[in-house]
Amino acid sequence: MGLLSLAIWLPIAFGVLLLVLGRDEQASVVRWIALVGALASFLVTIPLYTGFQLGTAEMQFVEELVWMERFNVYYHLGVDGISLWFVLLTSFITVIVVIAGWEAITSRVNQYMGAFLILSGLMIGVFSALDGLLFYVFFEATLIPMYLIIGIWGGPNKIYAAFKFFLYTLLGSLLLLVALIFLYVKSGGSFDIATWHALPLDGPTQTLIFFAFFAAFAVKVPMWPVHTWLPDVHVEAPTGGSAVLAAIMLKLGAYGFLRFSMPIAPDAAHEWAWLMIALSLIAVIYVGLVAMVQQDMKKLVAYSSVAHMGFVTLGFFIFNDLGVAGGLVQMIAHGFVSGAMFLCIGVLYDRVHSREIASYGGVINTMPKFTAFALLFAMANCGLPATAGFVGEWMVILGAVKANFWLGLAAATALIFGAAYTLWMFKRVYLGPVANDDVKGLSDINSREFLMLTLLAIAVLWMGIHPKPFTDVMDSSVAELLRHVAQSKLN
Amino acid sequence: MSATLNASTLLAVPLAPLAGAILAGIFGTKMGGNWIGRRLSHTFTILGVLIAFILSAMTLKSVAMDGARFNATIYEWMVVGGLKMEIGFLVDGLTAMMMCVVTFVSLMVHIYTIGYMEEDEGYNRFFAYISLFTFSMLMLVMSNNLLQLFFGWEAVGLVSYLLIGFWFNKPTAIFANMKAFLVNRVGDFGFILGIGLIAAYTGTLNYSEIFAKSGELGTLIFPGTEWLLITVICICLFIGAMGKSAQFPLHVWLPDSMEGPTPISALIHAATMVTAGIFMVARMSPLYELSDVALNFVMVIGAITALFMGFLGIIQNDIKRVVAYSTLSQLGYMTVALGASAYSVAVFHLMTHAFFKALLFLAAGSVIIGMHHNQDIRWMGGVRKYMPITWITSLLGSLALIGTPLFAGFYSKDSIIEAVHFSNLPAAGLTYYAVLAGVFVTAFYSFRMYFLVFHGQERYDQNPDAHHDDHHHDDHHGDGKPHESPWVVTVPLVLLAIPSVVIGYLTLMPMLFGDFLKDAITVNSAAHPAMAKLAELIHGPLAMAGHAFSTPPFWLALAGVVTAWYMYMVNPALPAAIKRMAQPVYTLLENKYYMDWINENILARGARLLGVGLWKGGDQAVIDGTLVNGSWKVVGWVAGIVRWFQSGYLYHYALAMIIGILVLMSYFVTWPTLRTVLGL
Repeated sequence: MGLLSLAIWLPIAFGVLLLVLGRDEQASVVRWIALVGALASFLVTIPLYTGFQLGTAEMQFVEELVWMERFNVYYHLGVDGISLWFVLLTSFITVIVVIAGWEAITSRVNQYMGAFLILSGLMIGVFSALDGLLFYVFFEATLIPMYLIIGIWGGPNKIYAAFKFFLYTLLGSLLLLVALIFLYVKSGGSFDIATWHALPLDGPTQTLIFFAFFAAFAVKVPMWPVHTWLPDVHVEAPTGGSAVLAAIMLKLGAYGFLRFSMPIAPDAAHEWAWLMIALSLIAVIYVGLVAMVQQDMKKLVAYSSVAHMGFVTLGFFIFNDLGVAGGLVQMIAHGFVSGAMFLCIGVLYDRVHSREIASYGGVINTMPKFTAFALLFAMANCGLPATAGFVGEWMVILGAVKANFWLGLAAATALIFGAAYTLWMFKRVYLGPVANDDVKGLSDINSREFLMLTLLAIAVLWMGIHPKPFTDVMDSSVAELLRHVAQSKLN
Repeated sequence: MSATLNASTLLAVPLAPLAGAILAGIFGTKMGGNWIGRRLSHTFTILGVLIAFILSAMTLKSVAMDGARFNATIYEWMVVGGLKMEIGFLVDGLTAMMMCVVTFVSLMVHIYTIGYMEEDEGYNRFFAYISLFTFSMLMLVMSNNLLQLFFGWEAVGLVSYLLIGFWFNKPTAIFANMKAFLVNRVGDFGFILGIGLIAAYTGTLNYSEIFAKSGELGTLIFPGTEWLLITVICICLFIGAMGKSAQFPLHVWLPDSMEGPTPISALIHAATMVTAGIFMVARMSPLYELSDVALNFVMVIGAITALFMGFLGIIQNDIKRVVAYSTLSQLGYMTVALGASAYSVAVFHLMTHAFFKALLFLAAGSVIIGMHHNQDIRWMGGVRKYMPITWITSLLGSLALIGTPLFAGFYSKDSIIEAVHFSNLPAAGLTYYAVLAGVFVTAFYSFRMYFLVFHGQERYDQNPDAHHDDHHHDDHHGDGKPHESPWVVTVPLVLLAIPSVVIGYLTLMPMLFGDFLKDAITVNSAAHPAMAKLAELIHGPLAMAGHAFSTPPFWLALAGVVTAWYMYMVNPALPAAIKRMAQPVYTLLENKYYMDWINENILARGARLLGVGLWKGGDQAVIDGTLVNGSWKVVGWVAGIVRWFQSGYLYHYALAMIIGILVLMSYFVTWPTLRTVLGL
């Protein structure tokens, strides 16, 4: 069994084991098994990085087995510089989420932990699938555990949120399936993504394909104006669900743009780049303003996610190396930072059971250690240098200025809006005198929470101070992608 | 490159304070509040800064005496698409001078803090922050590229944010720190665009590589317009400097930053961080020299700041705010010098100002301690009897500030005024009068404060807010009389007073006309002759001081002092009378030209209203209300029709199946027949 298969199936196996064996009477055993499973799954992804060959855009750790011979479907896996870090990010965040749910989840612990482990395997599957149908199966399958996580462990309005999440994203995916089948037919019966990349397509066809992909991926990112599911879902989702949703699931969409839309329909991607850029800038500016006036911390961070993901799609569609690599870096950074932001909200929610900003004030007085972490993550969310949040924003802004000064100007407003909504929330929640008895009675983070936040803090700082390992991995693949996308498929 | 400068020594300069900050941070949390923890915190941080200062002084010596230079990369941050982003050091005269100023003032402030923050719970945290600041500021000034400059730029902004909001239970403080961060972000917005343009057109972020390409950069046109590209770049960069160096209209954060403890007002908001913008423009002089438009812009902004912020200093009653507005005004002077292409004069004033303004702030802090945390100069008076060291050092600082001949500020400020006088830019005409008028204003507000604090009647008991104490310091001295501060406070005052007096005299010639800054600063003398003409005028510090008595600045300064003396010592009823007569002007000044009102009520409120409008109107009404739920309604409507087909009655389904089979059968049976018939 190859490393990638191991990375996919090990967490799933642990997840299934928990579902079958676990009972709430043995909740502590279940938690430890989940942690062991998550850690083991994280450890098996590390050789992917250490053994990764730099300087080539070829797929690595490739595995290819026949799945459905009749339809030419393969179990075909591999990673390149674009996908590698997402595999590691997924397994890392899963460890964090297992730690985060340690005390907060008391009912159906085995199902909760199982769902996250299975979800982790499925998401790694999405990032490593090289077969169109396999990708689709993983892509859609991720909806099920997330649907259950929101629907079972969510807040009061969880059923509405779970449905909104499921239907919104499923509707988009249907067009994706149509596009995949079309490509299958057009390519003479192949689901191989690399074959599709080389497949010549005429202009109108490319446009249709591009928008079919767009429907699926834009909802997932989410891009304006199909973003309204995200705040509603985040509000109802349990902390771990929000963290995984923001940290990884959103990236599935952005990843799809790079793996499918741009290389398969390069001419359409160029033709419609203006639209993508416009939607991205709306996400940055419009959603940045909307984020500023949110009263609910989770909604605020959800809107901030949309704004940050706007940077990602902006970077992709300006078609230069700074932009694309910057978008990728921003995705990873946002994985750490938004995950951390949601976990911080979770820490407060577990104690006070409110997400309203107005329920807090002066948390620093009772939880100084926690506030130090929250400040670090808030600063990362504003894109302060030496944190992960800066790297991607910096690259995308520089790339955008290179493409067109006015684009860069519009994008750079994020410096102001990002700081405004993040720091204003920080001020109202953490600073000032103790606002009420709830805040007065808060106890600072325990060692489990300390460990969880420390891991994320290390990731955030490491990526900010030494981003070279990230960009070195991407370099060749991004260059190859840009070279490929620059070639017209029209004759 | 000389052997006397090596990378590890230079690296130790910023890392020593960083190590101090980390150690203080660790001991601050583990042993918070106890006596040993405090001892360790200040020992570690002071040691770190002391090491940094000694190494900086050695560096300065090699740079000035042996002509040593250093320019190399320390490590690679990342490389993307051929654009190298690195951390590296460039050490030349400009850097070495900045390193010494930063570490010296920082050292003084560290020592002073032992006394000033003695009773504060956040003692360790404060030391950790100011050492972290020293690290960030050193990284900023030692950088050899724009990436690291931006790193330092934002890092000092962060520490400034943390320190303004140091007393986080004080609502005004946490408002002020957020305001400072956001206003600075507006500046950074321009700054990052300028950096982006440079990266896009030169393909590098390294200073020397950029300057090597400045010639071709100067000929390019900004796409889609008729502007010179270099003008856009320079103005974008300068917007960054306007944020950090608090130039109009991005100055609004600096007066509010006085909410922070006084030592950081001296270190960050007077001597070092706020001069980062001046430093940056001086560093970028090869680019600014290429754009007269940008230089004019710089000069106008500087002139507005220098004069109009000075006016505001006149009506302040809070001792720290008087000094804060004075800082704004002096930053304006430096900016004016930049605009006049007298970069070395700007840097010279930056240096002298760092000493005397840090002194004035720390002296103000000493007065505040002595006055049991009363900051209102209306309720002071006669303090000189009780606080002799603070009094003398304040007097020396004020004399330096107003430009008394032979004092540090005289050399730098008069050089600025003369440089503007010689500048041939269109903006120089009015600017010259603005900076001249500024001399009178500076002298007036400085000595208004001086007389109100140190001379005249003791008015301590008239304070209506007496013993209304913002901070958590208790009044241990029940008699209400001021008392001189402990030696940890007064020693830094004395050590800062010395350079405030002599540094101008000693360094005038090497700084302005020697080789010290020659390779760091580029001036196109043919296009901008101000410096060349200044060199003809100034022959030496003594001659310049002698010449001063025949120039307007001296008499204007004297007039300012005399007016202040008359209005506050001789005829104290006069200010109130003037205030009554010039009520509209006073109201305008009282409201700080309504800048805060505009920011809060138009910009901030406008952004929030827009946000609410987009959220409620855009997201909720249009997208969710019409599009999303609209589609649900369409789906519901279609489903309503389709529902007829799913009645749940078995015979309906059976019937439908039979009909279906019939249709299909007839199709399969009849279609081939039909096709043959039609000949398809």
